[in-house]
Amino acid sequence: MSIARTLATARRVLLQLRHDPRTVALMLLVPCVLETLLRLVFARRRIDFDQAGAPLLAFFPLTTVFLVTSIALLRERVTGTLERLLTTPLGRLDLLGGYALSFGLLAAAQAVLVSALTLGPLGLHIRGPVPVLILLAACVALLGTGLGLLASAFARSEFQVVQFFPVVIMPQLLLCGLLLARERMPAALHTISDLLPLSYAVDGMHHLTLQEGAGVALWGDIAIVLAFALGALLLGAGTLRRRTG
Amino acid sequence: MISAARVRRPAPAGEPSCPTGIQIHGLTVERGGRVVLSDVEASVRAGRVTGLFGPSGSGKSTLMRSIAGVQSGVRGTITVLGAPPGSAAVRRSLGYMTQAPSVYEDLTVAENVRYFAAVRGGEVGSVLERVQLMPWADQLVRNLSGGQRARVSLAAALVGNPRVLLLDEPTVGLDPLLRRDLWRLFRELVSEGTALLVSSHVLDEGRHCDELILLREGRVVAQQSPEELSRHTGTDDLDEAFIRLIEQP
Repeated sequence: MSIARTLATARRVLLQLRHDPRTVALMLLVPCVLETLLRLVFARRRIDFDQAGAPLLAFFPLTTVFLVTSIALLRERVTGTLERLLTTPLGRLDLLGGYALSFGLLAAAQAVLVSALTLGPLGLHIRGPVPVLILLAACVALLGTGLGLLASAFARSEFQVVQFFPVVIMPQLLLCGLLLARERMPAALHTISDLLPLSYAVDGMHHLTLQEGAGVALWGDIAIVLAFALGALLLGAGTLRRRTG
Repeated sequence: MISAARVRRPAPAGEPSCPTGIQIHGLTVERGGRVVLSDVEASVRAGRVTGLFGPSGSGKSTLMRSIAGVQSGVRGTITVLGAPPGSAAVRRSLGYMTQAPSVYEDLTVAENVRYFAAVRGGEVGSVLERVQLMPWADQLVRNLSGGQRARVSLAAALVGNPRVLLLDEPTVGLDPLLRRDLWRLFRELVSEGTALLVSSHVLDEGRHCDELILLREGRVVAQQSPEELSRHTGTDDLDEAFIRLIEQP
């Protein structure tokens, strides 16, 4: 793995985004609009807003980064740029590192913006430290990169790859504890939710909402999200085959 | 422009591992149960323009991909600069231009070439000069014509002066002046000691080459110079020569 090639790749991905300001604006602003909408829905029920608003902060980077990564890597596979890159000294981990770094930065920017709005004007109350919240969001973004990379390996067109969104993301949303606390789910579903990474991101957000400081449980959740992210990235790296038909 | 000291001498023909060029022995490629290349014997020597010619579907791109080390289902042996395709040593010294322009549409011309330069080393400005894209350096690739995109893709292969160049149909769709300039550029590159394999389906372009590899239905029909081909077949017309080669008993 080469730091210079990883940074060059991250820079290239960010430049691509810079030429697409509409996508960047949507990535940054849509979560703000949605949190505002949620605040309006719970206009008279502040406690419910605190309960739902915080986990959503962990959910946004997953959706945003999953979608951009899966489509960006699908394009690399389909247009032949991936094939060409694999004939150069660029390693697969350089490529993945570049994507993880650039989209991680973007997700952190998104988290800073949404948190500033949600914790400020919208009045969401969390007791834990805000920098840890941003860190958790960045780890979830890494997870989004890994899952997006995997999805891109199983799709041949952009139509197909966006169909992986309901497959990969929606079950996690239903089971992560946002709609119903995981302990109150039927045992089988609770077990399944234990196997899904978003559950731990949402648990982490619950800890941040309820507890001051950052305890062992919170760091444990972050570590699990990070482990899932690295696992998905490594599995995904295996799908970047140099030799294809 | 090119100092004599930098000119590497072409390797003697028939050298077994050919440390300056490409050697292909008994190459067979199967794709989806179908034999696409069959028992191919061919070589590309440094310092010579080697053309890979054959109709569409004859296996030209598969041969290029096999040499680049990205084709699966490959049997037989290929050595590039004496090393196996896809090895780290080869990847440092190979420039590969795929048939469809494989560059980033949402980057400018210069940004594309700069990225490939960052990956392999090399200097951006001189490459853009060589492919005559300087005036479009700051244009997004998405806004360029097909021929211009192909040259961005060529620039990405040339950057860093790789010792081995695989160019898959680089002259398709270009106007005659530009095509002439590109063949001049290829001549210049081999005079610097590059091993160059360039494919085309327009046989007439074979007259720009020192050596022709003629491919049909996955088999090498002949590898010889255009002069040898004319002598063997008794015609200067390369299309006609190709036909006579195939129809002769």
